[in-house]
Amino acid sequence: MHQIEVRDVTLVYDTPAGRVPGVQDVSFSLEASEFLCIVGRSGCGKTTLLNILAGFLAPAAGEIRIGGKVVTGHGLDRGIVFQDFAQLFPWRTALENVAFGLEMKGVPKAEREGIALKQLQLVKLEKFAQSYPHHLSGGMQQRVAIARALAYNPAVLLMDEPFAALDALTREEMQRILADVWRETRKTVIYVTHNVAEAVFLADRVVVMTPHPGTVKAQVPIRLPRPRDPLSIEFLEYQKELLRHLTEQAAEA
Amino acid sequence: MKASGQRARSIRRAVVTLAAAAALYELMARSGLFPAALVPTLPAVARTLTAMLLDGSMLRHAAYTLYRLLFGLGLAIAVGLPLGILMGRFRAVEHFFLPLASVLMPIPSLAWVPVFILWFGIGDTTTILIVFYAATFPMLLNAWSGVRSVNPLWLRAAGAMGAQGQALFWKVIIPGASPFIITGFRQAVLRAWIAVVGAEIIAASAWGLGWVIFDAKEFLNADVMLASLAVIGGLGFFFERVVLGSIERATILRWGMVRAAKN
Repeated sequence: MHQIEVRDVTLVYDTPAGRVPGVQDVSFSLEASEFLCIVGRSGCGKTTLLNILAGFLAPAAGEIRIGGKVVTGHGLDRGIVFQDFAQLFPWRTALENVAFGLEMKGVPKAEREGIALKQLQLVKLEKFAQSYPHHLSGGMQQRVAIARALAYNPAVLLMDEPFAALDALTREEMQRILADVWRETRKTVIYVTHNVAEAVFLADRVVVMTPHPGTVKAQVPIRLPRPRDPLSIEFLEYQKELLRHLTEQAAEA
Repeated sequence: MKASGQRARSIRRAVVTLAAAAALYELMARSGLFPAALVPTLPAVARTLTAMLLDGSMLRHAAYTLYRLLFGLGLAIAVGLPLGILMGRFRAVEHFFLPLASVLMPIPSLAWVPVFILWFGIGDTTTILIVFYAATFPMLLNAWSGVRSVNPLWLRAAGAMGAQGQALFWKVIIPGASPFIITGFRQAVLRAWIAVVGAEIIAASAWGLGWVIFDAKEFLNADVMLASLAVIGGLGFFFERVVLGSIERATILRWGMVRAAKN
């Protein structure tokens, strides 16, 4: 059985201009410990889909199952990382931010801080445990957010373009750190991005989505050994393939 | 730059501003354009102030005023803060109290003094209630705005981590609203000072810094009036810079939720 099953998920937005389809009949599945990237241009419904997976939106039709259970609302089986740096709580230190989920679970202070510190070590920020978010750079804040989403040990990590607002050099460094984190934790990850190179670097498999309405256009398994070299011929071939899927759809539109 | 160095610089800047204002006043007082009894020189005011401090009368006046101020302010915070938060959280509470606040808020608190004197007589009760009236609305409105302006992303992130009910309220909504809540404190303190001195002028008997000013008018004691004003200014400065300043430094400044002015 698949760990995550997305089956015929449809969501329609009611706007003043009428009903706008967000995503339509989206289906795919994930094995445990798989790293899946969802790639598409703005408006293809990839963030909508992630919000449905996170439980912030309810689909109009179809269902999502995680570990066999139908998703309704949010739950501690999923950890979420947003694009916006402001997702951290400014009134909590990095350590206290990471410990938040465990605190909500009722884990005693000493124990949760021990776990939180381990998570910070995983993203190489243990030295900044006592820093407040406004003293950290954007890349560091996103690493704290990743540690925070992992701290309460969810089955799945959902990530919505977490590095999109970073400069190119920092973004590449973050991708390497995330690849390391994934190798060590073996979490199932669903990672939304519009960056094709990022998807090829990180993913086991890439789901390409096309807009109006948001549907799955193609699924491309990335069969490259890790760590991946973004300058290798094979890497560039995969990028070309993904770009071809994305531009074909633009020509049709 | 160390915090202590910044502190010293901030004190130095305050002293320079105050000294410049004092020098300007002194120049005016000594210009001979005004009668010395009405515009006393600063040394004369200082002598009067010292005498009133030494015989204990000024301390007693200040103690009465502070008692009324803090009592009224305490009531205002005890009512305005939770009510404002509830208004921000629950539609029904907002619908019920917002029209009431909108009608009562524009009425100057001092306009109520004669009414309150009829109801509660001259003395502490009336003054405290006037302070309460004046300080409640800024507290209420800022708490209400604060709760509504909590970043929705924090609520989402907290919800995703299983926060709800009490935990969500105390650990996310209240700290998230804290810049507004502290602004509410600040405005409440300012309004409370205006109200307490005004109410004492009209409704106090024999004690209070406002009463001193009013009473001194009868005898053309401008030096006593100015001495009392100086005490009010000093206490106000203490509340604004020391009390509210420390609360800010310990919370929203430390968290980067507001920034100190640059240069």
